[in-house]
Amino acid sequence: MRIWPIFKKEMRLYFTSPIAWVILTIFTLITGYFFYSIFAFFTLASMQSMMNPAMARELNVTDSVLRPLFSNISVILLLLMPLVTMRLFAEERRSGTIELLLTYPVRDGAVLIGKYLAALAVYGVMLAATLVYPALVLYFARVEWGVLLTGYLGLLLMGATFLAVGVFASSLTENQIVASITTFGVLLIFWVIGWSADYVGGVVGRVLTHVSLLEHFDSFAKGVLDTKDVVYYLDFTIVALFLTLRSLEARRWKG
Amino acid sequence: MIEVKNLTKHYGPITAVRDVSFNVAPGEIVGFLGPNGAGKTTTMRILACFMPASGGSARVAGYDVFRESMDVRRRIGYLPENVPLYPDLPVAAYLEFVAEVKGVGRSERKRRVAEAMERCLITDVQSRLIGKLSKGYRQRVGLAQAIINDPHVLILDEPTIGLDPKQITEIRSLIKSLAGEHTVILSTHILPEVSMLCAGVIIINKGVIVAQGPIETLVEQFFPTARVQVEIAGPPAAVREGMRRIPGVLEVRAEAQEDGRSTYVVESARGRDVRAEIFQLAAQQRWELRELKRVGMTLEEVFIRIVAGEDAAEAEETAETAEAPAP
Ligand SMILES: Nc1ncnc2c1ncn2[C@@H]1O[C@H](COP(=O)(O)OP(=O)(O)O)[C@@H](O)[C@H]1O
Ligand SMILES: [Mg+2]
Repeated sequence: MRIWPIFKKEMRLYFTSPIAWVILTIFTLITGYFFYSIFAFFTLASMQSMMNPAMARELNVTDSVLRPLFSNISVILLLLMPLVTMRLFAEERRSGTIELLLTYPVRDGAVLIGKYLAALAVYGVMLAATLVYPALVLYFARVEWGVLLTGYLGLLLMGATFLAVGVFASSLTENQIVASITTFGVLLIFWVIGWSADYVGGVVGRVLTHVSLLEHFDSFAKGVLDTKDVVYYLDFTIVALFLTLRSLEARRWKG
Repeated sequence: MIEVKNLTKHYGPITAVRDVSFNVAPGEIVGFLGPNGAGKTTTMRILACFMPASGGSARVAGYDVFRESMDVRRRIGYLPENVPLYPDLPVAAYLEFVAEVKGVGRSERKRRVAEAMERCLITDVQSRLIGKLSKGYRQRVGLAQAIINDPHVLILDEPTIGLDPKQITEIRSLIKSLAGEHTVILSTHILPEVSMLCAGVIIINKGVIVAQGPIETLVEQFFPTARVQVEIAGPPAAVREGMRRIPGVLEVRAEAQEDGRSTYVVESARGRDVRAEIFQLAAQQRWELRELKRVGMTLEEVFIRIVAGEDAAEAEETAETAEAPAP
């Protein structure tokens, strides 16, 4: 499997074109802004709580800073991740380079994994940039390491799922905009699908909750590590990647 | 080196290639000639393992393009029509990527890239972005990526399309220089290109192969006559009659006429040179002989004859069906 050269090429394309830089910058700015608001609010609340001991009991860093921060980041990801993956196959198809790529002695699977890992690496850099915020919190207050770890693990798994959906959408079209909008639409549906679970109720409700991208993230943000959630994201990712492989194969027949 | 048997490809209801069969021997350079939409790209894409055929089989470098695709891909260099490259990569970095993907070992890679750039005369632009290069240079980068793994077979789809005349000449001489070491199949809709580069030709029209073989054989097959062009000042009727009586002459046609001089085309049996007799005839009759030369039959004429013949046959067929009484 010649994954490595594909990975290197994709990384190079990410960082020679402005796209990765723009996404990184915007992501860092927005998460930074959210962190600032959340943390400022927390500081204010802590000061007030000094006068009101009843309130202080409610107040802890995990619930007031980390959890809101994680859920904010997850929403930003919903908006930005489609932009990370939209180029991967759509642009190769539009420019025709896919014709060379898929006639080199590499399997379609290796091409897919190389590209996917490159997207994951870009996401890794994005996530790494946000580590500054917990570090700042650490400087001022005590943080529960468990929550921090599960939170980031959750972000990683959820992001990996977003990217897999994005890669799939990118393999369906030669238009990057179409790819990113499709990705966003699919993610949004799986995001909000759990909301209706409450009033649907019964088995259907439980199923809706189970397929919801958001529900599974919630427990990570709370510091709960459940294999059920991990398996959910991994399954989602594998299914999306498998569909991508099939889509590549199907498009070969169409030429 | 390339064996194609009854290859067929459908795109939904469209049949792009039907029952195509041909062989290319090792070391040969063959032209795949046909008008636009004939099915050249489709055939080459199948040979390059980009898409599977709907029917029939193809073997390249001894392996089946469908079942042993990886073995085929390791042994070919492919240049698609319109040369798709990554505009954001520098030339050398791109070639290094291709070399690595094509499995050129780490120790050899640098050398191979340098060699390919040298062969294709792009060493001086190696650090430029591909997107900033002229079309001619991009074409050479395309050829460089094709030869970088030292492939047995080169598959070049319309390698000179969209270039200016100077670039065309350069690319042609480059392809010619590559021909010695590789088996080459190149597609084109430009006739002189085939005569210039190739010994053999495969002519395809509307998805069907209409003729194939060495160019001279094809010319002989489709033009079993030799031609002489004569310009004579003399009474046209007498001139024509006199030449027609020369043994071996099959046909005399008057082409152009101006103030008593006429140009004639004399067709004779192939291998029979009637120029001496025409000269003697003119001398005897005291006609002024202005010009006497042999005209070669070109592939162009062969092509027109074949393609026009096909179209005529098809028109006849449709006419027949149209005439059939309605039930
Ligand atoms: N991907 C495709 N989908 C549908 N029809 C196609 C496709 N590619 C080519 N064709 C059709 O197949 C025929 C042969 O095309 P092609 O192989 O590109 O011819 P050439 O390269 O000789 O110009 C044409 O009629 C073309 O319209
Ligand atoms: Mg073509």
